[in-house]
Amino acid sequence: MTSSAPKSESTATAPAPKWVQPTLLLAPAGIWLLLLLVVPTLLIFELSLVPNINPGGIVNPSGLDNYLRIVQPERLNVIWRSLLFAIGTTVLTLASGFPVAYYLALIAPQRWQNLLLLGFVLPLWTSSLLRSYAWITILRPTGVLNTFLSSLGLPTLDLLNRAPAVLIGMTYSLLPYMVLILYASLEKLDRRLLEASADLGATPQQTFWKVTVPQSLPGIAAGTLLVFINGLGDFINPELLGGTSSMTAARLIYNQFLGTTQNWGFGSALSMMLIMVVSLAIALLIKYGDNHAKSV
Amino acid sequence: MQSQSRFPWQALFTLLMFGFMYLPIAVLSFYSFNQAPNSAVWTGFTFSWYSQFLQDSRILSALMDSLAVSISAVALSAIIGTLMAIGLARYQFLGKGLYQGMAYLPLIIPDIAIAVATLVFLAAIAVPLSLWTVIAAHVVFCLSYVALSVSTRLVDLNPHLEEAALDLGATPLQALVMVLLPQLMPAIISGCLLAFVLSMDDFLIAKFTAGGGVTTLPMEIFSRIRVSVKPDMNALSVFLMLTSGFVAIVAELMRQRTHKKRFQ
Repeated sequence: MTSSAPKSESTATAPAPKWVQPTLLLAPAGIWLLLLLVVPTLLIFELSLVPNINPGGIVNPSGLDNYLRIVQPERLNVIWRSLLFAIGTTVLTLASGFPVAYYLALIAPQRWQNLLLLGFVLPLWTSSLLRSYAWITILRPTGVLNTFLSSLGLPTLDLLNRAPAVLIGMTYSLLPYMVLILYASLEKLDRRLLEASADLGATPQQTFWKVTVPQSLPGIAAGTLLVFINGLGDFINPELLGGTSSMTAARLIYNQFLGTTQNWGFGSALSMMLIMVVSLAIALLIKYGDNHAKSV
Repeated sequence: MQSQSRFPWQALFTLLMFGFMYLPIAVLSFYSFNQAPNSAVWTGFTFSWYSQFLQDSRILSALMDSLAVSISAVALSAIIGTLMAIGLARYQFLGKGLYQGMAYLPLIIPDIAIAVATLVFLAAIAVPLSLWTVIAAHVVFCLSYVALSVSTRLVDLNPHLEEAALDLGATPLQALVMVLLPQLMPAIISGCLLAFVLSMDDFLIAKFTAGGGVTTLPMEIFSRIRVSVKPDMNALSVFLMLTSGFVAIVAELMRQRTHKKRFQ
């Protein structure tokens, strides 16, 4: 009771209206994001609807001209390639990242776990450009890999400037993220469930597929989404390792703004499409995640 | 799950993947000391690639531009990102969901889309591109990372400490600076370190928002390695790896220390 007296006194000496504090806290970042993220995104949406003046002088009055350009066969190929790179990278990072995260979270000695995880993701902290550049050194025709192969008398591989090099580079760039997320989810796994499953006579395979995987499904979903989104928007790996044959959506967008033949309207439409695909992926995850939560 | 052998296949596979993660780094380090400029074969030991990039004025000025951008962007983000996280944790208001969505949007939208949108916006309002436009664009994603780090810490904090300070007669500002901020500091610092590393590494957003006179380090590196293999870039890689590896370890130690404190 006595504590309420000084409190009312202090509020009396500071008669700031209720809205002042939240405004001071939230307005600076809010205005910044509104001005430099939301308004720009609306602007490229508007720009994407500005019709092109085609060489023939035919203007599509609906304003969807830039979007119709995307669905032309050659452009559609680019979109497909981007999606395939992103899906391929997701599959590769999940398949190779799960055993690693499993080992680090559940098998490795407890006191080594943090150190091993840090060691695994440490390459993430180096320049992403130089990491891709390192793969050029390894994969180029006279590079490390081929020097090694020919010293063993094996045929050399021509991987650089082709799809395999892009997939290797993207997998390399995104694997640490996948392992980090899977590790966080596997670490929280209730080990007693695994023991109970083994005690009740399940084989290790049964325990893995019926207990471990379902329990870590949220982590798998989050890792898949993160890698897919970053793979879809990746510019550096396709640009440096893919050569001219591996045009992707991100490279195509880049060229519309900084290339020799610029078309900002078309580039904006491509960017909007990228944002929409990413939003769709997130919406699917949320919907799927909810269903999963309900079924458990 | 009890493994039958002392050395399960997952351990072997993890070892293999460690090899995969460190192969490019080993290769860059190895060739940074190789005399032959353009060969996969070892021809002798040299330090000349290191002295070459350390005397390269374009690399050094690009490094200065990068540091100017990252330090300014992170400093500003530390302030407004922390304020935003506190505001979001403390208040309920109309449109909070929208605000939150906007706050973490930069973590989701691909860099290329952010870069394009910022360029179009800057062109529309006729702001000349410069170092300042790069900083403004970097603040957008840096503040998201700071806010993310701070908000996870805020969840674990004891709200009564700040109430106690207010009850004891502290002004809201005093309570914020003297009670809340010291508790948030480890989270602010680790968020800033992450934002700093990502800002130093960013190529796309800088490329789209930098004016003619500005070249950040990733822009300089990109323009060089696209053409051919450059041995002085190997040396630069090793230098950058050691620097950011050091920062990474400091950040991790700091994170672990706060983690331990929380459970004591």
